[in-house]
Amino acid sequence: MKLTGAQILMEVLKEEKVDAIFGIIGGAVIDIFDELAKTDIRHINVKHEQAAVHAADGYARAKKTVGVCLVTSGPGATNTVTGIASAYMDSIPLVILTGQVPTGLIGNDAFQEVDIVGITRPCTKHNYLVKSIGDLARVVKEAFYIARSGRPGPVLVDLPKDIIQARASYQPLPSPSLKSYKPTYRPNKKQLVKALKLIQEAKKPLIFAGGGVVLSDASAELAKLAKMLNAPVTASLMGLGAFPGTDKLWLGMPGMHGTYRANMSIGACDLLIGVGVRFDDRVTGKIDTFAPHAKIIHIDIDPTSIRKNIMVTVPIVADCKAALAELNRLIDAEGITVDLESNKRWLSQIEEWKNTVPLAYQQKDIIKPQYVIETLYELTEGKAIISTEVGQNQMWAAQYYHFNRPNAFLTSGGLGCMGFGFPAAIGAQVARAQELVIDIAGDGSIQMNIQELATAVQYKLPVKIIILNNQYLGMVRQWQELFYEKRYAATDIQDGPDFIKLAEAYGGVGLRATRPEEVVPVLKEGLSEPTLAIMEFLVDREECVYPMVPAGAPITEMLLV
Amino acid sequence: MAEQRHTISLLVDNQPGVLSRIAGMFSGRGFNIESLCVAATVDPLVSRITLVTSGDALIIEQINKQLNKLVNVIKVQDLTGTSFVERETALIRVTARPAHKAEILRLVDIFKCKVVDVNTTTYIIEATGTGEKLDALLKLLKPMGIKEIARTGPSALARNKK
Repeated sequence: MKLTGAQILMEVLKEEKVDAIFGIIGGAVIDIFDELAKTDIRHINVKHEQAAVHAADGYARAKKTVGVCLVTSGPGATNTVTGIASAYMDSIPLVILTGQVPTGLIGNDAFQEVDIVGITRPCTKHNYLVKSIGDLARVVKEAFYIARSGRPGPVLVDLPKDIIQARASYQPLPSPSLKSYKPTYRPNKKQLVKALKLIQEAKKPLIFAGGGVVLSDASAELAKLAKMLNAPVTASLMGLGAFPGTDKLWLGMPGMHGTYRANMSIGACDLLIGVGVRFDDRVTGKIDTFAPHAKIIHIDIDPTSIRKNIMVTVPIVADCKAALAELNRLIDAEGITVDLESNKRWLSQIEEWKNTVPLAYQQKDIIKPQYVIETLYELTEGKAIISTEVGQNQMWAAQYYHFNRPNAFLTSGGLGCMGFGFPAAIGAQVARAQELVIDIAGDGSIQMNIQELATAVQYKLPVKIIILNNQYLGMVRQWQELFYEKRYAATDIQDGPDFIKLAEAYGGVGLRATRPEEVVPVLKEGLSEPTLAIMEFLVDREECVYPMVPAGAPITEMLLV
Repeated sequence: MAEQRHTISLLVDNQPGVLSRIAGMFSGRGFNIESLCVAATVDPLVSRITLVTSGDALIIEQINKQLNKLVNVIKVQDLTGTSFVERETALIRVTARPAHKAEILRLVDIFKCKVVDVNTTTYIIEATGTGEKLDALLKLLKPMGIKEIARTGPSALARNKK
């Protein structure tokens, strides 16, 4: 029996065990949605295609699977670009299915035609235009395979309407094998031996974990390495949760808004073990002063990450989990132990830094945003899944919510995409229905995808939104305060909407705290709501995120207050 | 670090869009393409691209890695520093005044080129060789009056086929 293109697509989605799709219908994809409605796959009908991609991104992270979007041609496709770029920077596995005009019209500037394959080439791991129904199943299978393997990332498949309507016989295909695409998973033995030698010689080792540890599910191996070496651990924004945020070896995040002790440790360590990191400029600050005394071991699955930003002593191209497991085994087998005396000195030095400049704020008459996050952490016992928008809200969340497990902190790290957090929280709530999912937002960024309130209410997704309302685009205002002589051009966003009424208009609950003593009651009430709830906190308007390393400065030179 | 010129040979899927992926990677990352030469191999599903680029050692390393990362790129071979043959073809339309004709034909002979088109006022010369050889020829032809030129950019193959 012959199947239509749409039916073949459904067969492949079922084989790939897709159980939720985020998207919006349109003319070019009516046939696909028509078939989708006949399957058990859940469709989350978002209100804007950008949110579809962020939601699929949140879903992918929370469920450790490939997130899937389905949108129409033209504007439906172009609206996905920001979401795709964010997922690409953060290495999140997604398959984005876009409708396209019939093949005969491609190139004719047809209605709702856009060259989405051309547009997304630089921000996808790979992409396809399906030109024949005979290629359809293979291409979609390859898309899933490429998205999830190696360094994960988004893959877009453009589906012309005539291909979707054509008929062909269908046989399930075996797993794809691409001669030009073979990720390296196993670490090179010689490189491991070199790494082992550096570990043996190190007196002040420091482990620096990144998103790769989360993606490769290597937290247990990372913890074991840290314990064996009794080495302190720091993690990039994308790596938060890869190592327990309450462990005594935990230093907090490094970089532009990193903790004093994390940055000072990087400045002083004699061995830096980077695992699943790409040494982003927000972490390194001025490159030639980064880890000046350290030999560097760099483990990453993507060869292009290595020696892109910093020189390393021992590169290891491999899956983080495989490399760490093998490294741990060798340390064990070779009986490598830490020199107790130097280890003690190193850790007490770090303790001293911790006490010199702890993360701190003073809660007086006006609500401090840090107090809201710290209270949220205490009330949820650190067990919530937290997504964030981008800016001050994101940095305070990273500093004051201590993540003890991976896949529980969802943030747009690389692209820094405002409007990410709320749809990502929706996706995470779809993936993990029983868990508490909270978006930590600012009053600026929440408005970048606020239309999704309708989606959360429609699907009874009890996402919680914390709005730290300072009536500014706060992070940029902070830069203006510090580096532009307080000229607050375009950052003052007073007279914003009434978020409480907005929540209610969409059918959710809205609560507001204006004084410090209202923070706990509002959080308690809001978190216990069975529905979507916005908790708005009118916070100190001109609070800054500290420490701060000015862009381009060495990370050991921090503005502290 | 010193800039170096590198000749890179690529085997890629012979599909629409592949050249755009490669060119886009170069422009998006601020790398430089000096020349590009593309044609199918004996296997019609595979094309060979010979690409000349320049950069310091770290840039060249990134270029090689980034090329390898592209899903449609089957093989990346950085020929510079290895033993390889590099050839380029140029078609040169040169003004053929009666007083110059003999000199032009002598140069064609010395450089082992061919005259492939003749009319009353111009010749088209087909020249093949290394870039340096073509540059030398052009320098000598210039006083006669070069009207038009089409160069292919170098194409290359490694010598020691293992």
